[in-house]
Amino acid sequence: MADATKNVSHLELGDTDKTFLDSNELIINMGPQHPATHGVLRVILRLDGEKVLGTECVIGYLHRGVEKIAENRTYAMFNPYVDRMDYVAAVSNGLGYCEAVEKLLNLEAPPRANYIRVILTELNRLASHMLWLGTHALDIGAITPLFYTFRDREEILKIFEKYCGARLTTHAFRIGGCLYETYEGFEQDVTKFLKFVTPKIDEYEELLTTNRIWVERTRNVGMLSAKDCIALGVTGPVLRASGVKWDLRKAQPYAAYPDFEFEIPTGQNGDTYDRYLVRMQEMRQSLRIIEQAVGKIPEGPIMAKVPKVIKPPVGEIYHSIEAPKGELGYFIVSDGSTQPYRVRVRPPSFVNLQALEQMVRGQLVADVIAVIGTLDIVLGEVDR
Amino acid sequence: MLDDVTSYLKSDTTPGQAGNFLWAFIYILLIFLGLSVAVIAMNWLERKILAHMQVRLGPMRVGPHGLLQPIADAIKLLIKEDIMPSESDPFVFWTAPLIVVLTAFTVFIVVPFGPTHAVTDMNIGVLFMLGVSSLSVLGVVMAGWASNSHYPLMGALRSSAQMVSYEIAMGLAVISAVLMTSLNQSGTGTLSMIGIVQAQEAQATWFVFKFFPLGLIAFFVFAVAMVAETNRAPFDLPEAESELTAGFHTEYSGFRWSLFFLAEYSAMIAVSSIAVTLWLGGWLHPFPHWLSGETWDLVFSLFPGLTFVFLAGLTFYSVARMPKHPYFRVQTMGLAGFGAVLGLIGLALFAPPVRDRVQDIYWFAAKVAGFMYLYIWYRGTFPRYRFDQLMTVGWKILLPIGLGVLIVTAILGVVL
Repeated sequence: MADATKNVSHLELGDTDKTFLDSNELIINMGPQHPATHGVLRVILRLDGEKVLGTECVIGYLHRGVEKIAENRTYAMFNPYVDRMDYVAAVSNGLGYCEAVEKLLNLEAPPRANYIRVILTELNRLASHMLWLGTHALDIGAITPLFYTFRDREEILKIFEKYCGARLTTHAFRIGGCLYETYEGFEQDVTKFLKFVTPKIDEYEELLTTNRIWVERTRNVGMLSAKDCIALGVTGPVLRASGVKWDLRKAQPYAAYPDFEFEIPTGQNGDTYDRYLVRMQEMRQSLRIIEQAVGKIPEGPIMAKVPKVIKPPVGEIYHSIEAPKGELGYFIVSDGSTQPYRVRVRPPSFVNLQALEQMVRGQLVADVIAVIGTLDIVLGEVDR
Repeated sequence: MLDDVTSYLKSDTTPGQAGNFLWAFIYILLIFLGLSVAVIAMNWLERKILAHMQVRLGPMRVGPHGLLQPIADAIKLLIKEDIMPSESDPFVFWTAPLIVVLTAFTVFIVVPFGPTHAVTDMNIGVLFMLGVSSLSVLGVVMAGWASNSHYPLMGALRSSAQMVSYEIAMGLAVISAVLMTSLNQSGTGTLSMIGIVQAQEAQATWFVFKFFPLGLIAFFVFAVAMVAETNRAPFDLPEAESELTAGFHTEYSGFRWSLFFLAEYSAMIAVSSIAVTLWLGGWLHPFPHWLSGETWDLVFSLFPGLTFVFLAGLTFYSVARMPKHPYFRVQTMGLAGFGAVLGLIGLALFAPPVRDRVQDIYWFAAKVAGFMYLYIWYRGTFPRYRFDQLMTVGWKILLPIGLGVLIVTAILGVVL
């Protein structure tokens, strides 16, 4: 990978002896201010005409030192910080962190809490995929789906707001369970939402799935074989679109996931179109899970017996969940004090982003945009 | 002087042909004014229609239903700082938008809004239009090159490649329409815009229905090529927002940017005018042969007035629905005034001498407006083509189709 970008050191961009017109190769700086890099990603492209010869990703423009902050906060105090990593899937981040600390404490959340967690996490997966669909379609030039998906995502955010008062960075869960009991009419709201959103997903598919331009723009674009996916550590829908049936909800069940029936959609070619189809199917599977969870949500407490001061025993733990974008892992080292000695986050966006180079080399500029969209990265999570 | 004015009103040719410079000048002014108004109206309509396609409201704050938004935008653009990149080539940077705008407006000299409503009628009208409108690519390339920046350069390269390739398909489609003018009656083949419409009148059919489906296919080729020619979605690669930020006019701002904007919209109107002239019967009202005679003529001549009165009615309906709040008083009065103006125009159009003279323009404008709506609709529906796919569509699909239609039309013309 390194050889293709060897000459593209960004220091060279300041070389003013020649203008770029004198060169056969065009070095274009895409980002950090660019409408289609989903935040502040900077990609240095080496182009021959429209063809991409190599890329270099520069990240860190949104670095806030989340992992370092964790070392100066108690376990409970750090909980809201994780919401700010992948801010479009804040609930999933919270779930991963809470479960990791619970594992460290040898605690288990009560069944009712687990059900609430599953419902909210799956709703969040829907919201995240909707945002991905809207922005991905916008990058490829279809502007209308964006507004449709945002309209429907709004309904999910309304449920979050009613549940915990926040729409985006929810801080919905606490170590040991949930702080809030479901509000009056929660089940009805969720059921109503399920009825509302099913035809909407059909509507998105109607706009795109068989649209000739959409298929041409996405099929055989950004191919990634199963072998490469595994070698690069790529997870989530990107991995599944390459034909690997790997979903942590099935592989290492957590929360209340063993209780539900759902399928893991997979693709075959590992191209952008397959990743689109896989995510669309995942949205439908999420609806299935939510429907089952709302139907058999048990009664009981929502909080386990958690000590007032959380002081896990000396040790370390790695716990990962299936976030909308892939495997989200937390590695926590405890030195027995009230503050973690080290928290390392394995963010799916960060790991998936390293596949960009391999996916776009030899393709066209327009494909870079499509691939950034299909990787579904959130820069808050890449840079932390 | 007065003689000049009245003599033209009775004549049945264009002022250019009659050598009447006064009226030619008036027509140029009218076209310039009308085009500017049309671009402003298109700006508002596009934002509104697109917004309603996308479950949002669009501009609502500046004036009732955002009616004054385009004017506010125009003022903003005029008083904005005019930035020129320090590394740019100032002269080329200056002239590029001028060339684009000049070509976009010059084209309208030969557009026939009616048998007498054109600045002039050239015997090479179609050729003139295609030639002048393809000059605008020069301005685009200059803009991209003079900016001395990566994104504009790529946008300009894309744009020139795109416009050159689609012009061929476009030209083939145009030639088959021109061939159709000479059919059925010998010696009447013409490139004159007015002549083409008159040929459709004489042959009692719009060319889109000629040799069904040949005319329709040629029209389709033209309709696709003209979207590509004007760099609009789904062929808006030169200014692909998500890839090249704004393409060839990335470095332009303020007034010079607005010139590009003006040129883009007038180019859209120009190519739509060609399409209307060549295939949709120009100024002829719908079904000119089935629905002819005194009564139908009267009915069709009432349409322009009725449209304006209908729009005025819609406006007054909106006035009645405005919130009854002191805050909205000025807006309500303004909207009512706008409705009154529309209504008065409508009433004026009912006057017999006016309506006979104006209805040609009305039908022409209505057909062009249909194309404008299609443009907005495409933009709301389609994703964007990739560069290689764009070339595939142009060279491997449209070009063979256009060539085939041309050959078959020519053979049919000889046989029939």
